[in-house]
Amino acid sequence: MSTQQQEPDTDAETEPEEPESQEVPADQEMSGLASPQQQRLQRKHDGMAEREREAAEDDLEGDSVHIKVFRYDPEVEGKQEPRFDDFHVPFERGMTVLDAVIYARDEFDSSLTFRHSCRQAICGSDAFFVNGRQRLGCKTQISELDQPVRIEPLPHQEVVKDLVVDMDHFYDQMHAVEPYFQDEDTPDSADLEEQRQSPENREKIKMSSRCIWCGACMSSCNIAAGDNEYLGPAAINKAYKFAMDDRESEEIKEHRLRIVEQEHGVWRCQTQFSCTEVCPKDIPLTEHIQELKREAVKKNLKFW
Amino acid sequence: MYEHDVIVVGAGGAGLRAAIGAHEAGADVAMVTKLHPVRSHTGAAEGGINAALREGDDWELHAYDTMKGSDYLGDAPAIETLAQDAPEDTITLEHWGMPFSREDDGTVSQRPFGGLSFPRTTYAGAETGHHLLHTMYEQVVKRGIQVYDEWYVMNLAVTDEPDPNDRTCHGVVAYDVQSGTVEGFKANQGVILATGGPGQAFDHTTNAVSCTGDGNAMAYRAGVPMEDMEFVQFHPTTLPSTGVLISEGVRGEGGILYNEGGERFMFEHGYANNDGELASRDVVSRAELTEVNNGRGIEDEYVHLDMRHLGSERILDRLENILHLAEDFEGVDGLVEPMPVKPGQHYEMGGIETDENGATCIDGLYAAGECACVSVHGANRLGGNALPELIVFGKRAGRHAAGDDLGEAEIETGYSEGVEEEDMELPITPGEAGIAETGATDTEDVAADGSGQLSDPDGVLDRTITEERERVEYLMEKDDGIQHAEIRAKLQKAMTEDVNVFRTEAGLKRALKTIRECREAYRDVYVDDPSRTFNTDLQMTIETRNLIDVAETITLGALVRNEFRGAHWRQEKQERDDENWLKHTLVSWNGGKPSIWYRPVILEGENKTYEPKVRSY
Ligand SMILES: Cc1cc2nc3c(=O)[nH]c(=O)nc-3n(C[C@H](O)[C@H](O)[C@H](O)COP(=O)(O)OP(=O)(O)OC[C@H]3O[C@@H](n4cnc5c(N)ncnc54)[C@H](O)[C@@H]3O)c2cc1C
Ligand code: SF4
Ligand code: FES
Repeated sequence: MSTQQQEPDTDAETEPEEPESQEVPADQEMSGLASPQQQRLQRKHDGMAEREREAAEDDLEGDSVHIKVFRYDPEVEGKQEPRFDDFHVPFERGMTVLDAVIYARDEFDSSLTFRHSCRQAICGSDAFFVNGRQRLGCKTQISELDQPVRIEPLPHQEVVKDLVVDMDHFYDQMHAVEPYFQDEDTPDSADLEEQRQSPENREKIKMSSRCIWCGACMSSCNIAAGDNEYLGPAAINKAYKFAMDDRESEEIKEHRLRIVEQEHGVWRCQTQFSCTEVCPKDIPLTEHIQELKREAVKKNLKFW
Repeated sequence: MYEHDVIVVGAGGAGLRAAIGAHEAGADVAMVTKLHPVRSHTGAAEGGINAALREGDDWELHAYDTMKGSDYLGDAPAIETLAQDAPEDTITLEHWGMPFSREDDGTVSQRPFGGLSFPRTTYAGAETGHHLLHTMYEQVVKRGIQVYDEWYVMNLAVTDEPDPNDRTCHGVVAYDVQSGTVEGFKANQGVILATGGPGQAFDHTTNAVSCTGDGNAMAYRAGVPMEDMEFVQFHPTTLPSTGVLISEGVRGEGGILYNEGGERFMFEHGYANNDGELASRDVVSRAELTEVNNGRGIEDEYVHLDMRHLGSERILDRLENILHLAEDFEGVDGLVEPMPVKPGQHYEMGGIETDENGATCIDGLYAAGECACVSVHGANRLGGNALPELIVFGKRAGRHAAGDDLGEAEIETGYSEGVEEEDMELPITPGEAGIAETGATDTEDVAADGSGQLSDPDGVLDRTITEERERVEYLMEKDDGIQHAEIRAKLQKAMTEDVNVFRTEAGLKRALKTIRECREAYRDVYVDDPSRTFNTDLQMTIETRNLIDVAETITLGALVRNEFRGAHWRQEKQERDDENWLKHTLVSWNGGKPSIWYRPVILEGENKTYEPKVRSY
């Protein structure tokens, strides 16, 4: 079963779509423009988010939160037809979407199933579709959301049970870009000699190296939904991390560019920015994809 | 049934390095892990990896610092192995592409860390563990090492000779979380446990939900002693609602701790007149709890960590990730308000007793990483010493299991006649409480009378598979009783209340009684979710049993050790007692009738003997 056919969500939270554009956006890291992260901090700075949340929290104090959770189990009668279950969870300051589903499971229905582990946005287990948008459960304060809070599995992926989706395809795509250092020609580690890397080059790959394999980007991408073979933003970003790392040789870099500029690679991206918007690690995915396109052009690799 | 030369259980830093090590030594190795490797809790480590890489530093200094930090309860051969191997093993990570932070000349950066006499902590931004984990997983992919992910290991297939030192491990039994099928994994050369810490024994912890001490409990029940379990590190600055860690960096930069009355209590109440907020983790943790216990906490629960006076520029520059953590997980803006913090369980120094090659007393059974105790951390782990432990001892265990000759180990393992035994009268009988009724017949039940001994590998594995299938059937078919969440919550609460940074004889005895009640309650546990598909109810029910066993070993150790050493504080004797306690605490399961015994700590190193000194900084 797949959530692919879900009715479009009319939630007001869905951000307006960016205009489609083939324009290459200016590289933030190069041009010094504010990154989404800096913008977010700026906004916080202005105290906006803060006042909003405080007001919301005061409203909720002592109350319960109404969540509607997607349920499906291929084996269990009554759950074979997908449905939504309602839970009312007592609100506590700082409560996240993950806290709410944990409470619902532990107190109301132990069969409620979802992946989670670290509770701190680093294991990438709990990307859900919350009020019409891909978010990490543990990183989403529930007081910021409109109620009832709709919690669904990631769209465009097979649902295994409740909020658990099959990640195999995502992993396959990640593995497809040869995501490992390939230089065999490293110094002898017994001599304690490292490969040199400039702080600038390290900075260059920094954002791309933060990916936690949560799958939110892939799930948000229209292209990936229509082309199952499309490598997808996360895998391309992984390739970017290696291609931009000066520690690998030019030859290997070229090999990497060939992998991403194949038929189902970078050229599929239509710069809709949905991946960049949902990425919980604020990775400028679309820009990384654009930069790889430029690199491929520079290297005169074949166009599709 | 699946079959490989070496089976690694767990795919965090220790497990990944063990698998690569075994692969390098030519073995057909596979990993069996309840989480996909990149989901492992190693990813949460922020701070860094200690390794003596530079001129002016050397392994002997690193070893000395570690021994001192351990409050003289680490074994010198283990500590020296760590310090000697860490530099090369860290550089290997660099060669595999790990994005370490860099100096202007392109070399790997190092920074100072608490308790270190030289700035030897290598790091990769504030995400060292994330990069370590991903870099090693990449190498596993490169080598084509087989990973069975989302397979939950339930038990070890171990022969049942009466003496654990004579037993052999032939594999593991696991179930596929997606489908619910229980299968055997035969290991022709060895099984390596790398299952991480047991932080979930406490209700407030920096550890992930998956840190349930499964490896510890399985090894324990198979006959391997648990070593120094009472030494649990608590971190003083964790967020109250989740346990998410706010790193020492905040206090390092000048962050201040206040109580409810706005007093800077570290000074004003005299907990650390010199170091104040920068005193060691255990000192600050106890100070915070004392404030709360004396009614000076905020909402009777926490204190405030304030960094606003540092100014937004400095905060954004150096502590940006802290702002995100406080915002995302506590809903607090560190730029405009102080952050609530309280002590939380952080790291388990003790674990499965091993030697410096990762080997346990059971032939073919190894352990590495936080689940193991070689022992490098002794009574207290220094920041930045756990990650090197993963790579150094993970690699050694992998190589040794695959047949590489690493030389004779100096550290002894397993119970032997003539060791010092503890005969303290306990308030309850620890151990088995008819848990066999849940279908889990422990091998020791058979071993106890020496009957029905099996030694052929397939037979041992088949028997274990049958037992585990019965256990699952039993739990699934029983349709009322108590649910794991209730038992787990009760256990965690008791541990946090009485086996925390303050430990008293009365409190520890109370905790032992509650643990006993949890065991009794567990006899009636059932799994409500009837599905075979992704049944986390079943998984958490099995994990809860493991937590009970692990919590009991922690509490037993804490009760018998009547002294204050490292992270372990006892009200009745608030000082270190070298005359009586320069020894490891070991708890053996003995087929369900635990016993406690001791082994002297090894202070003789390669070139010198470490003399216990007062641990002051
Ligand atoms: C917030 C935080 C910050 C830290 N910072 C630092 C630091 O800066 N420097 C430092 O040196 N140390 C640090 N530590 C400590 C260090 O990170 C951990 O001790 C270490 O990562 C543990 O690694 P591991 O490989 O032993 O276990 P984990 O990474 O926890 O991996 C355990 C693995 O075992 C698997 N597993 C468990 N049970 C089963 C089962 N029954 N069946 C199958 N698989 C199973 C899991 O799936 C997982 O793959 C920190 C710890 C925390 C919590
Ligand atoms: S790129 Fe971002 S959204 Fe995509 S998998 Fe990685 S962390 Fe998740
Ligand atoms: S629980 Fe790990 S990312 Fe949310």
